[in-house]
Amino acid sequence: MRFERLEAPYWSPQANVASLMLQVLVALVPAAIAHIWFFGPGFIFNLLVAGIFAVAGEAFMLWVRHRPLEVALSDYSALVTAALLAFALPSLTPWWVTATGALFAVVVAKHLYGGLGFNIFNPAMAGYVVILVTFPMYLNLWVAPRMGDIDYQHLTILQTLVFTLTGNLPDTLGFDAVTRATPLDVMKTGLNNMATVTEIRANPVMGDFGGRGWEWIGNFLAVGGFWLLIKKIIRWQIPVGVGVGLLGPALIMYLLDPGTSPGPGFHLFAGATILCAFFIATDPVSAATSPKGRLIYGIGIGFLIWCIRRWGSYADGVAFAVLIMNMAVPVIDYLTRPRIVGHDDGAKAND
Amino acid sequence: MSAPTYDLGRLHGGLRLPGHKQASTTQPILDVPIPSQLVLPIEQHVGEPAQPVVGVGDYVLKGQLIAEPDGELGAPVHASSSGTVVAIERWPVSRRHGDKAPCIVIECDGKDAAMPNPAILDYRSQAPADLLLRILDGGIVGLGGAVFPTAQKLMQARTCDTEYLILNGVECEPYISCDDVLMRERAPEILSGAQVLMHALQINVCYVAVESDKPEAIARLGEALAALDDGRIVLKQVPTIYPSGGEDQLVQLVTNREVPSGGLPTDVGCIVQNVGTAAAIHDWILQSEPLISRVTTITGDGVVSPVNIRARIGTPIQDVIKLAGGYTESAKHLIVGGPMTGKSVTTDEVPLVKASNCILAISNAAPRGDELSCIRCGDCAAVCPVQLLPQQLFWYACADDEKKLRDFGLIDCIECGCCDLVCPSHIPLTANFRIAKERIRELADEKARAERARHRFEARNQRLEQELQEREAELARQKDSAKSAGPAAIAEILKRKQQDKKDDPR
Repeated sequence: MRFERLEAPYWSPQANVASLMLQVLVALVPAAIAHIWFFGPGFIFNLLVAGIFAVAGEAFMLWVRHRPLEVALSDYSALVTAALLAFALPSLTPWWVTATGALFAVVVAKHLYGGLGFNIFNPAMAGYVVILVTFPMYLNLWVAPRMGDIDYQHLTILQTLVFTLTGNLPDTLGFDAVTRATPLDVMKTGLNNMATVTEIRANPVMGDFGGRGWEWIGNFLAVGGFWLLIKKIIRWQIPVGVGVGLLGPALIMYLLDPGTSPGPGFHLFAGATILCAFFIATDPVSAATSPKGRLIYGIGIGFLIWCIRRWGSYADGVAFAVLIMNMAVPVIDYLTRPRIVGHDDGAKAND
Repeated sequence: MSAPTYDLGRLHGGLRLPGHKQASTTQPILDVPIPSQLVLPIEQHVGEPAQPVVGVGDYVLKGQLIAEPDGELGAPVHASSSGTVVAIERWPVSRRHGDKAPCIVIECDGKDAAMPNPAILDYRSQAPADLLLRILDGGIVGLGGAVFPTAQKLMQARTCDTEYLILNGVECEPYISCDDVLMRERAPEILSGAQVLMHALQINVCYVAVESDKPEAIARLGEALAALDDGRIVLKQVPTIYPSGGEDQLVQLVTNREVPSGGLPTDVGCIVQNVGTAAAIHDWILQSEPLISRVTTITGDGVVSPVNIRARIGTPIQDVIKLAGGYTESAKHLIVGGPMTGKSVTTDEVPLVKASNCILAISNAAPRGDELSCIRCGDCAAVCPVQLLPQQLFWYACADDEKKLRDFGLIDCIECGCCDLVCPSHIPLTANFRIAKERIRELADEKARAERARHRFEARNQRLEQELQEREAELARQKDSAKSAGPAAIAEILKRKQQDKKDDPR
């Protein structure tokens, strides 16, 4: 009898990239709902625009590169990029701004570097930074969180859609009427104006730790993040690293000078800290790959976020921190190789 | 050497795999009848192929030596039944490289006429060195699958400071259960083999390591041990995790010592023998039966009723499959060995050899799915028992970067296949590493050849140079002497030159 030849091992892997990506998307759902609840329907439109352009960009690049469309499109990685971008953008964002970010993320940051697995930079963060330098004014359009006692005008779904499509608010409303400075902006401006942290935190956008609304999104992101940890889709090193790198220095400075240094609670719940720790920095492709390397990579990102928030001209520093640490990945990986069993010490094998 | 350590070491990574061993362990070992034809490869071991000592047409008896070892590393081959040698030719076999190998083909007469049994000596009265020579004659090789000639392995261990004999009854690879049933049925013989080995090695500690998923084997060994009352032998249960049965991994688990890279267990005072090998030692030393049969698991969803069989070495697989009820209709792939490390063969004419611990027939390996790019998730590194970074190795293998591959320990890869099984991108990592290793070996060979050629070239140049210098020096000397010589001497030289010309036929 004749048989077909195979290569060992003859068992098939259980995991697949598509299901990993899908689970990341699922983990983002609670936070997405919270986002919509607090900041209105704009998130849905941003997500749609980012998703459509990311997938279209991916399809176009696959076609240009003569790669099979079906395989890469069904891995959901473009959708994860789109979702992360949507989380990073204010809920009022004109479609061309979102599209620019999504296309840059997928076309330049991902496919021009060789596609999934070969991109050096985190695509979502690269796309975000491009928006940051090309349309900086639009990144300030965070609507006021929907919490009873903040007296701001809230947009209807239709008004939000019109803004997304045209970039225009209804004639009767000015930007000031619907948007508010983010907690990090308030903090930065306040500190620059020599106000103390306690004074700044009296601002109604501030919540118990970070910003109102943001805190809750952070909670739900953390829930999703822990679920990913339990499912072993991400490992603990990067989230813990980001936490240590950011909250460590924040705590020290807070203890030394609470007047001018917001505490670790604020840093954790303001801005994109939790999103970064569980969802952005953990992108395996652009992160360090050895366990020790991931810890260092996470600490580096956390520390850079803290530095940028404290001394930089931008209110938040997640995108830059991630991109800078992306550049450091090859060195980190090289220096943190685990000791191979049977070798004396260090990671280096004898040859 | 440090004091004995009794705590179990820890293995990095590894996988808990579904065992699939139940089906083949429900009934006792079945004996395969004498086949009509035996196909005995002359290379069933690590080292040099054995040299046939019989010719076509010769009648051979069961247990008769038909090929003897050639070179320093090797093992003899014995006829596993009586009959006539009908061919010595290349035949399909299961091996790492190539599909065919020289085999001695015996047409069996069914009489199973055996060689007269030599007198059995009490091994305890023999000098260890003599005992080792005797073991060499038995054709015994490591039956766990590595088929390293046992005698040479023992001889090497004798030259080292070996403290522990570890009997490997772990059998961590799914589907395979031949060691399990052997331990259930022949525990006393296994322990007796261990005693022979301890005498040959002159060591006093033997650990019998069995995986925790074999309670019945552990019970039988425990009973046999109690009956034997030999305090030197200790039964050790190891956790059920693949690949805890790898030689180096087992040493690490049992003694908490790491075998150095490129080294042997003897470097850390250990020698590992498979339980099947121990039983074979017993059969040879105490019953004078050389290694002419072995227990093999016939299993997988490609056979009707999985079973363990004892077959004569050289029995074609198609004959042993019958004992498992034949193939199912869906049988599509045939693997000699386990599902993680076995070798896929294209025909069942392949004979069962000393290395064949399992014959696995499977309907369809679940489709691997499309191979995607590595997303560097690092799951492979988490399960690697040698703590390599397969994701980085794969990258360097694709780039054919030999230096980096060495740097990142490709040579230390044991090809267990764990990384393949967890890869979400479905990359055949182990296959890639096998190829990369082969390539490194080739490159090293090439380098050595180029180096030799360079040496030859340089030596030749040097020789020519030296000859030139010598000639020039001679010429200069002649010129000098001609200058200083008088006219008589010049006439003499001219005359000699003319004489030379005449002698030269040109």
